[in-house]
Amino acid sequence: MSKRIDVSDLDIYYGDFLAVKGVNMAIEPRSVTALIGPSGCGKSTFLRTLNRMHEVIPKARVEGKAVMDGVDIYGRDVDPVEVRRQIGMVFQRPNPFPTMSIKENVLAGVKLNNKRLSRSDADALVERSLRGANLWNEVKDRLDKPGSGLSGGQQQRLCIARAIAVSPQVLLMDEPCSALDPISTLAIEDLIAELKADYTIVIVTHNMQQASRVSDRTGFFNLEATGKPGQLVEMDDTTTMFSAPSQKQTEDYISGRFG
Amino acid sequence: MSTDVRPDPVDAVAPEPLSDHTKHPGRFGNRLFSGISLASGILILATLVAVAAFLLREALPAITSSTQDIADFTRGLSLGQYIAPLVFGTVLAAIIALVIAVPLSIAIALFIAHYAPKRLAGPVAYAIDLLAAIPSVVYGLWGFYWLVPLVGPFFDWVSTTFSFIPLLADYAPPAKNITSAAVVLAVMVLPIVTAVSREVFLQTPRLHIEASLALGATRWEVARMAILPFGRSGVISASMLGLGRALGETMAVLMILAPFAKGSSFFSWHILQSAQHQTIAANIAQQIREAHGLSVSVLIASGLALFAITLVVNMIARWIVSRRAAFSGAN
Ligand SMILES: Nc1ncnc2c1ncn2[C@@H]1O[C@H](COP(=O)(O)OP(=O)(O)OP(=O)(O)O)[C@@H](O)[C@H]1O
Ligand SMILES: [Mg+2]
Repeated sequence: MSKRIDVSDLDIYYGDFLAVKGVNMAIEPRSVTALIGPSGCGKSTFLRTLNRMHEVIPKARVEGKAVMDGVDIYGRDVDPVEVRRQIGMVFQRPNPFPTMSIKENVLAGVKLNNKRLSRSDADALVERSLRGANLWNEVKDRLDKPGSGLSGGQQQRLCIARAIAVSPQVLLMDEPCSALDPISTLAIEDLIAELKADYTIVIVTHNMQQASRVSDRTGFFNLEATGKPGQLVEMDDTTTMFSAPSQKQTEDYISGRFG
Repeated sequence: MSTDVRPDPVDAVAPEPLSDHTKHPGRFGNRLFSGISLASGILILATLVAVAAFLLREALPAITSSTQDIADFTRGLSLGQYIAPLVFGTVLAAIIALVIAVPLSIAIALFIAHYAPKRLAGPVAYAIDLLAAIPSVVYGLWGFYWLVPLVGPFFDWVSTTFSFIPLLADYAPPAKNITSAAVVLAVMVLPIVTAVSREVFLQTPRLHIEASLALGATRWEVARMAILPFGRSGVISASMLGLGRALGETMAVLMILAPFAKGSSFFSWHILQSAQHQTIAANIAQQIREAHGLSVSVLIASGLALFAITLVVNMIARWIVSRRAAFSGAN
């Protein structure tokens, strides 16, 4: 269920503005890859190119390759909708559908694939996904209540359940804990550690401790100067990155001596 | 990284003494504004009550009189028998109009709000808005001279093809039937319903649209998952506004619809036959010139019925909207 992604020479544009330049990156299956870097360096932008969400912004475009298990997701006859069904995404702010119940939220992606689910299959899938997202015990008695009635942390876990219900190959997370309290954050970090067994995970975070706690590999993005495009400065095993990075700017950023 | 621990700007200025409220610059404006809005609220309510009271007072003679007293005018019908078919015709015309207009409006609004290229969306929205500026007499003329002859052959085809459906059976030209009138009504309510729907669709949070896109939704599925559910109560309100307009529209109906003979009382489901229906508003406009004394009161009583229908329609709409408020996305 999990695949590797190889990104080569990826340039990412907003209209004429080159936001991220020349990214080469290997994302290993069944591992957690963390992306760190200062604000505005293009982490979110890069993450969104991995499931072709970048291009939903008017005039946004991409040059280069991102190959998932041998198939370039930017290939000519690749349907972006198909890519997004295989690569799930969790956003910075929890965004369950407010018009749907908790259960409907979990099933939202599955229903898109036009699968006719029997009632019992659907119930089983809802339970499995909510358990997978560590939310089942908290919501099992109110599955038909609106998803927007949950706390922020619960909503975020609901979004994770919604994303894993479709059994994606890859899970992208853009600062999934930035709107959460420390306890919910820990719950989600534990969850990421569990999900790693089945999924390829890429997570953007501003929290150095979080990156070192949850990830296997870490990539550091930076801007050469304001107005210049962001770049992937270096990428290595997380332990190496946090103990002995090869670049001075990485060390400065990680140790908080930055800017 | 550490720039987010700036002092709160509120703390930076010395706090005003609490007793100094009256000197606060926003204070007077605040009071003025709430005063104005309270006054206009009361004014609207008072107008509503005044209109209702007027209708009731003027209708009372007809309501309390016997059938004999009004028989001259109603050709022997009691007040109830006289008004009921008019109510039926009014509601039927409005409903057919909505059945045509609402899906079309939703489609147009969706297109303008989310799918059309920017260069096309603006002009289309503007053109639709312009439709609202056309006076209803002009719609009546348009319907009478252009639409009625045009839809005749189409009605004929529908009626013969689906003759087994009683609703559509037995079309006879000219097409001065309730469906033609409803088509014109539909064009008239289209701008309102479209404009309001477009506004709600535009307000769909980016977050929800992206949530569905990221799950692998196609454009249509995005509409179904995020935009339409979010705009649901707005579309209902829009439809009710349209319904209100369709229920009360006089001129266009008067010019297009061949009404049933005065004094006949029936509830016809033959929506493609002419001389089967009449609406309250068109009937009042048609009869008021030859009416005097008690007959005026009869017509006003029918107007009271129209007023009541619109009130009920609005109440039902509110109820529908509030019933699923928890799922509305407003929280
Ligand atoms: N919709 C957009 N249109 C144009 N430019 C954009 C858009 N979104 C982001 N950018 C620009 O792209 C660059 C990278 O932004 P991005 O949001 O990817 O940064 P980030 O690393 O995720 O920052 P943060 O840590 O603050 O989330 C920035 O210069 C930003 O101004
Ligand atoms: Mg970001």
